[in-house]
Amino acid sequence: MSPTTKQNLASLGVGLLFAAGLALSGMTLPSKVIGFFDFSRGLESWDPSLAFVMGGGMAVYLPIYRLVRGRKAPLFDDRFRLPTRKDIDVRLVGGAVLFGLGWGLGGFCPGPALTSVGALSSKAMIMAASMLVGMFLFQQVEKLLDQAKAKAASKAEPKPEAATTNRKMNAGAAS
Amino acid sequence: MENFTPLSSLAGGLLIGLASAAMLVFNGRIAGISGITGGVLKLPKGDSLWRLLFAAGLLGGGFVYALFAPEAFTNTVDRSTAALVVAGLLVGFGTQMGSGCTSGHGICGLSRFSMRSVVAVGSFMATAALTVFVVTRFFGGVL
Repeated sequence: MSPTTKQNLASLGVGLLFAAGLALSGMTLPSKVIGFFDFSRGLESWDPSLAFVMGGGMAVYLPIYRLVRGRKAPLFDDRFRLPTRKDIDVRLVGGAVLFGLGWGLGGFCPGPALTSVGALSSKAMIMAASMLVGMFLFQQVEKLLDQAKAKAASKAEPKPEAATTNRKMNAGAAS
Repeated sequence: MENFTPLSSLAGGLLIGLASAAMLVFNGRIAGISGITGGVLKLPKGDSLWRLLFAAGLLGGGFVYALFAPEAFTNTVDRSTAALVVAGLLVGFGTQMGSGCTSGHGICGLSRFSMRSVVAVGSFMATAALTVFVVTRFFGGVL
C-alpha cells in the first residue's frame, strides 16, 4: 500500500471516529451548545457539558502531542505539517469573532454541522451549505487581497521576489 | 443544571481527542475541520482526496450513528432558514479568515499551547456567548 493510500484511509477512519465522538458528546445538539453559552437563567439551568467535551478531547490529545512532538515524522508521511505562526493579527481575531457570531446564532460549528448533514438533518444541511459558500467567499477575498498586496509590493520594488516572499509570509497555517 | 450530560460528553470528548491524535500520529496533520474542509474548495491542488475522505468519514459517521441513535441529532433550537443561512456564512467565512474552529484551535491548538489558538478560542467563545445572550434576551430565543 502506498503512503498516500495509507493517509487517505487514515483520514477516512479519523472522520468516522470524529463523527462518533461529536454525536456521543452532544455537540450535534445545537440546544446543548446554546445551553452552554446561556447564563441568563442562572446556574440551575446552565449546561456545562461542552466544557467536558473540550476537556475530554484535550485529555487525550495533549499527552499524545507531547509524545509525538520529538519525532521526525508521522507514520504515513515524511514530515509533520503543523501550523508554525505565532503572530496575533486582526485577521485571526476578526475571523474568530465572526465564527463566534455564527456559532452562537446557529448552534453548529463546522464538525457537528457536517456530521448532522450525514444524519440527514435539514437545518444542518442549510447551515452547512451556506458554510461552504462562506468559506469560498473568504478564499476569494483572500485571493484579491493577495493580488493587491503583490501589486503594491511590485510597484514599491520592481523585483519579482518581493511579491513571492510577501505571499509566502501571508500564507496562513490553516487548522 | 438540567440537560447536563457529563459522562457522555466526556466520553465523546475522549473519542474526539483520539481521532485528532490519530490524525497527528498517522498523517502528521492538525485535525481541523474548517481547514480540511476549506482546502477541498481550493481545487485543483493535488492533495484533496484525503480531505474529501475525511469529510466523507464525518458524513458517513453521522449517517450510521443516526441509524442507531437518531435522538443525537434532534434540533430543538428555533431558527428560521434565513438565520441558519446567515449563521452558516459567518461560520464559513470566519473560520477561513481566523484559520480554524473548535477542533483546530480548540482541541489541537490549546493542547499545543499555541497563543494564536488561545486568542482565537477566547474570541469565538466570548462572541458566541454574547450572541446567545442577545438572541435570548432580545428575541426570546427565536430568530
